[in-house]
Amino acid sequence: MSYTGQQKNTIKDLLFKMADDQLILGHRNSEWTGIGPFIEEDIAFSSIAQDKIGQSLALYNILHEQLGEADPDTLGFARSEKEFKCCHLVEYPIGEYEFSLMRNFLFAHADYLRFEMLADSSFEPLAKVAKKFRGEIKYHVMHSDNWIKKLGTANDESHSRMQSALNETFNLALGIFEPSEFENELIEMKIFAGEESLKSKWLETIKPILEEASLKLSDEKDWKPSFGGRKGSHTEYLQPLLNEMGEVFRIDAKAEW
Amino acid sequence: MIAKEKILKALEEVKDPEIPTISIVDLGIVTNITVENDFVGITLTPTFSGCPALKVMEDLVREKMQSLGIRNVEVKTNFDVPWNTDMITDNGREMLKKHGLAPPMKHNGLVQIEMLKNVECPHCKSRNTTLQTPFGPTLCRSIHYCNDCLQAFEQFKPVA
Repeated sequence: MSYTGQQKNTIKDLLFKMADDQLILGHRNSEWTGIGPFIEEDIAFSSIAQDKIGQSLALYNILHEQLGEADPDTLGFARSEKEFKCCHLVEYPIGEYEFSLMRNFLFAHADYLRFEMLADSSFEPLAKVAKKFRGEIKYHVMHSDNWIKKLGTANDESHSRMQSALNETFNLALGIFEPSEFENELIEMKIFAGEESLKSKWLETIKPILEEASLKLSDEKDWKPSFGGRKGSHTEYLQPLLNEMGEVFRIDAKAEW
Repeated sequence: MIAKEKILKALEEVKDPEIPTISIVDLGIVTNITVENDFVGITLTPTFSGCPALKVMEDLVREKMQSLGIRNVEVKTNFDVPWNTDMITDNGREMLKKHGLAPPMKHNGLVQIEMLKNVECPHCKSRNTTLQTPFGPTLCRSIHYCNDCLQAFEQFKPVA
C-alpha cells in the first residue's frame, strides 16, 4: 500500500481513537474483577475487559507495524492525556453496576456496527482485524442486551436504576460519534463510511431494544453530545487513570511479568 | 529440506496449553507453513485478540521445530486468516469432548444467542440444558447447566 503523508495521518487518527476507546474501556471494565455483583458478572466484565485490551493491542500493532508509530506499550502507557483520542463515555469511573452495564450496552452496539463496516475497509490490515473483532464483540452485545431487557422490566427499582443509567450515559455515548476533521477523506478513500452513518445505524439498532426494556430515550432536541475526546480534550477522570495504568511502565519500561 | 508433512505431523503434537487434549492443528490456528531450504516459517492466527495463551503457543511451536533439528525458524501470529470455530477439525471436536467440553456447533458465519440455549451435555448427551453465562473461565468457553444430570458443564463457544 502506498499512502501520502496526509492520508497516513487520516488513518492514524481513526486507529488511535478506536484503540484508545478499547484500552480505556478495557481498563475500566477490569475494575469489576473481584467485585462484580455476582460471580458470572464478575467473569463477564473481566472477559470483556480482556477482549477490549486484546483489541487495543491489535490496533496499536497496526499503528506500529504499518504506520511507523512507537511500539504498543509506549502508545498505551507513555502518551500524554492530550494525545489520547478516546471518547468521554469510556473515561468515567465504573460507578454503580447499572452505569457500567448501560455503558457497555451503548458502546458494544456502536463497536459491533463500526467493525462490521470496517470489515469492508480498503485499508486491508484494518479490514482483517475488524472481521476478527466482530465475532468477539457479538458476545458483548448478547451479554448487555440480555441484562438490559431483564433489568429494564424486572421490578420498579431495577427499572428506575436502568432508566437513570440511560439518562446519565446517553449524551456521553453520542460523543462516540464526534466527527473528525478527516471524515470526508475516510469516506472518499473507502476506509470508513463515517461517524454520521455509524450513528444512524446505531440508533436504529438500540431503539427497539430499549423499547423492549421499557426504557425511554429523551427527545432528540434535548440531546447534547459530549464532544472533545476525539480532539484530545478529556474529562477529569482520564488523567488519574493514565497515571495508574502507566505507573509500572514509568518506573521500568522494560519490566517483564 | 524438511518435508511439510513432517512439520505438520510435529505440530499435531503441540497442544493448546489451556485445553491439553487438542492440538493447535486441530484447533485450526496454523494458517501457513513455508519451507525454503533450511528455513521454516509458521504462521498462527489468534483464537481471540486477547488470548493470553498465544505467546506460549508460539514458544511451544519454536521449541518443537528446534527438537526436529530445525535451527532457522520463524513463528509469527497475524490476522491474515481470521480464525473462527468452524475451523476446528472433526478430530478436534472429539478431543474437546475428551476434555469434558461441549464442542461448538457449526455456524457458517452467523452466531446467535439461540445457538447457545440447548447445547448437548457432554456428560449425559441431554439437550435439556440451560445457558448460565456466555463468559467462562477462559475467553473461549461458555457455562451451561444440564437439567437432567444436574451438572454444570462448559462449551467451547461458537465464534464467527
